[in-house]
Amino acid sequence: MTDSMAKLLKVGSLLLLLVLALLFPFIAGNSTYVTIAIFAFGFAAAATGWNVFSGYTGYIALGHAAYYGIGGYTLAILCQHWHIAGGWIPFLLVPLAGLVAAVFSVPLGAIALRTRRHTFVVVTIATFFILQLMSYNLRGLTNGSSGIDFPLITDWGINIPGISFADFYVLPFYYVALALTLVALAVSWFVRNSKFGLGLLAIRDDEDRALGLGVRTGPSKLFAFVISAFFAGAAGALLSYYIGGVQPTFTFDALFDVAIALMVFFGGIGTLAGPILGALVLESVQKYSATVFTQGGGGVYLIIYGALFLVVVLLLPQGVIPSLSILWNKYVLRRIEPTDAAEDTSAGTPGAGPVGDRLPRVNEGASA
Amino acid sequence: MLLELRNVVAGYDGGDVLKGVNLPVLEGSITCIVGPNGAGKSTVLRAVSGLLRPRVGEILFEGRNIAGMSPRHVLELGIAQVPQNHSLFNDMTVRENVRLGAFLLNDHAQVNRALAYVEDLFPIVRERAHDKAGSLSGGQQRLVEFARCLMLNPKLILLDEPSMGLDPRTLKAVFDTISVMHASGRTILLVEQNVKTGLGAASHGVVMESGRVRLIGTSGEILHHPEIGRLYLGGALAGA
Repeated sequence: MTDSMAKLLKVGSLLLLLVLALLFPFIAGNSTYVTIAIFAFGFAAAATGWNVFSGYTGYIALGHAAYYGIGGYTLAILCQHWHIAGGWIPFLLVPLAGLVAAVFSVPLGAIALRTRRHTFVVVTIATFFILQLMSYNLRGLTNGSSGIDFPLITDWGINIPGISFADFYVLPFYYVALALTLVALAVSWFVRNSKFGLGLLAIRDDEDRALGLGVRTGPSKLFAFVISAFFAGAAGALLSYYIGGVQPTFTFDALFDVAIALMVFFGGIGTLAGPILGALVLESVQKYSATVFTQGGGGVYLIIYGALFLVVVLLLPQGVIPSLSILWNKYVLRRIEPTDAAEDTSAGTPGAGPVGDRLPRVNEGASA
Repeated sequence: MLLELRNVVAGYDGGDVLKGVNLPVLEGSITCIVGPNGAGKSTVLRAVSGLLRPRVGEILFEGRNIAGMSPRHVLELGIAQVPQNHSLFNDMTVRENVRLGAFLLNDHAQVNRALAYVEDLFPIVRERAHDKAGSLSGGQQRLVEFARCLMLNPKLILLDEPSMGLDPRTLKAVFDTISVMHASGRTILLVEQNVKTGLGAASHGVVMESGRVRLIGTSGEILHHPEIGRLYLGGALAGA
């Protein structure tokens, strides 16, 4: 397969996936499945953002539930104070909620990033608990443990014949969640292919060495942290709006951090598609199991999570995407090798082909 | 004089490693620092490259004191370092690693010109461009490290034990490359455990012991100094 064919196949597959995602609500034909997809894409956006920081820099942050919570509360407070009715307008404020989370992340990230590795993880967890505590105690702003309800959506202003209000209700949320995921993916791709991203990867491998090469490690890490907080905040705003309210316990939810970290590890940390795959699989499994296994306090998904992880750890230890990529490369190499061996018969002849024509240069002999 | 260390005292949490180092590096020379383990050879390079801030003293580069400057600033001035051990980022491709050498440059055209230059000098950079750096052999990794350090067209190159872990054939190839880099007008400050190889390639030599410079001279003078053997067999230089 030539390079251009492989590229064409890749672009074609991506377009097909996009069309499938766009048509999914109509293919599914059931608002329960669309609801599951809303959460899956919301988490996919947050996980992709988290991967821009933790996946690319190697700093594992376990406090992004704080920014998810800030996003949710920001949208709820704005709707309450500006008397915004339920409908389309809150969607327009989702990026603003993400920005507020990003602004909060600047000082919090700057403090946390003064530390490294395990200490960093502990500091990020601490910031989450501080903010959760604040959401309980700043009653004038957050309404304490009662939380804040979003305005009810009674009419979208659009009537499509043959689609009931109940069926249409989920569609705007679905498409906004999908759009947020696509934006997160685009940002992740842009970062990965930029000089800034190269610096982040260097930090992940060896921060001191990166510093020695002129990478501004501090500002780079902080900027990636802020990007990840933005997407956590935007996802928090969108999903809280869909749930219908914010409340300290479930809007600032420690399990959010565990969930997005697991999603990214499952799909492949530091990869582009890994976080999305992880979120789509794990969040769907969780939500679907919650609808199917109604007994047992909704904990069945944890057993399924466990089983899935066992399979991945045993068979695909680097996460699904990197492991499959390695297997694919091995398969391609196995198919190519016999042809190469046949072509190599002329390689030993001096002057034959490109090897013989090559001028003596400085990599000759360095084969140890 | 391109570089001069004047009474440099520097170290880590455990105390001073350099205890008043005075060291001149002539422009256009290959200066090789030798000495037993713990002499402070690598610490000299870390202090020059900005990775370690000296507690006392001056580091003059082209007459300007660079002691305590950030590594980024030192790079901007034209000093590049190839650290000890394999310093490539194993999970990145060869090209990404080499591009990191020009991280300070914002002009794409300039980066591409630098890349073309090092690809011509080190064909392996082009041939293995999309391979992971971790898949290269030790000698090949050294060459890619050299290519990376040339991306900013430095005036002074700091090489920390380039012979480490290489077999004799590869060692020769690596030192031939050092000669090529030197011939293109660069000054080289080299740290070596392998006295014969290091001083054999150098024009000047420096012997360090216990954080101080003990001998300075041409490489021939140092190589044949009667005290060198004693120093490496566990003794100390006369007058130390």
